[in-house]
Amino acid sequence: MQDLFSIFVRSIFIDNMIFAYFLGMCSYLAVSKTVKTSMGLGLAVIFVLFITVPVNFLINKYFLAKGALSWLSSGLADVDLSFLSFIMFIAVIAAIVQLVEMIIEKFSPALYSALGIFLPLIAVNCAILGASLFMQERELQTIGESVAFGLGSGIGWLLAIVAIAAIREKIRYSNVPAPLRGLGITFIITGLMGIAFMSFFGITI
Amino acid sequence: MSEAGKAREPLFSAKNMKLLSNPLSKENPITIQVLGICSALAVTVQVKPALVLAIAVVAVIAIANVIASLLRKMIAPRIRIIVQLVIIATLVIIVDQVLKAFVYDVSKQLSVFVGLIITNCIVMGRLEAFGMANPPWKSFLDGVGNGVGYGVILVIVAFFRELFGSGTLMGYQIIPDSVYDFGYENNGLMILPPMALIVVGVIIWVQRHRDKELIDKS
Repeated sequence: MQDLFSIFVRSIFIDNMIFAYFLGMCSYLAVSKTVKTSMGLGLAVIFVLFITVPVNFLINKYFLAKGALSWLSSGLADVDLSFLSFIMFIAVIAAIVQLVEMIIEKFSPALYSALGIFLPLIAVNCAILGASLFMQERELQTIGESVAFGLGSGIGWLLAIVAIAAIREKIRYSNVPAPLRGLGITFIITGLMGIAFMSFFGITI
Repeated sequence: MSEAGKAREPLFSAKNMKLLSNPLSKENPITIQVLGICSALAVTVQVKPALVLAIAVVAVIAIANVIASLLRKMIAPRIRIIVQLVIIATLVIIVDQVLKAFVYDVSKQLSVFVGLIITNCIVMGRLEAFGMANPPWKSFLDGVGNGVGYGVILVIVAFFRELFGSGTLMGYQIIPDSVYDFGYENNGLMILPPMALIVVGVIIWVQRHRDKELIDKS
């Protein structure tokens, strides 16, 4: 339990997807003009990460990793399919995003119309594939850990995009040098926020 | 097809060269189109991994653009995204295996960022915007141009970060020991992730200052 909590908190603050790894920057920059839309996108990302990371974890554990196929027959014990992981992960993500979209549309039209346009965008959000690849690289052991990691990464991403959206709403009233307006200042603010987030480095739970 | 007429156009005509040179400045993928930032910044602590990733991206985007362009009449518009993803993912797997075989240490350093070329918006973006609508040779030039435009920014950022952060370039010491004896210290902040963003911010600032057309009006 201690472990799970530690992974969860680490992935929100210390290994924050945006401030430590710059994953999902494209949509982070494009959709962060207002707090409301960024909240919607953030929730959709949490949701998709929460599902795709554990699913990819199972696929990695039982199909792709070295020796993973040994449950099938002992002859397959040293088959290593990990070179297939990129294409498997991206296919799983694309399929799940599609599936999630259909399920939400069917059972919760209100949520669907709130997330609607953001869901398809998520399939190519680097944070989603990045989380699956980090899950593989860090060799998480149990499905609980992968759930904690996926959820934490998603919440960290939401935190970052909502914070920058709030700042961008306010900065419209400031006198930023013309060449720096828009993109430039957003980069610099993100950098400064990253420095602030670095104060979490080295915290052990 | 109207392209048949245009096929007479010389291979390196002015129009084609524009495809190659525009992404380096006016249509730079990172500073203007804002594509492909995701995997760009985390690898720029040193010049070497940045250069390797840049080359990998140039290769993937150029070849993917050509393949998409060759297949463009066969792909039904409905399933194009998944087809594009498959093309890109296949190429990225090849690149990853090549990197693992020839430059294993750099490949370890790049870790997940090779895989993230798949979701690098710049590759998808160019396939969608250019490769699916243009003949192969033009797509190739467009791919190389955008890949290089992306790589140039990566290398510039990495240059400053490595020079000021560790006093080296490509792993060789540049700032002489005598300077350190005078009390010069490496700027530890430069090798931390947030500085990549600030350096890119400054590059955008400089570029837009020199070319006023690019200033964000909104």
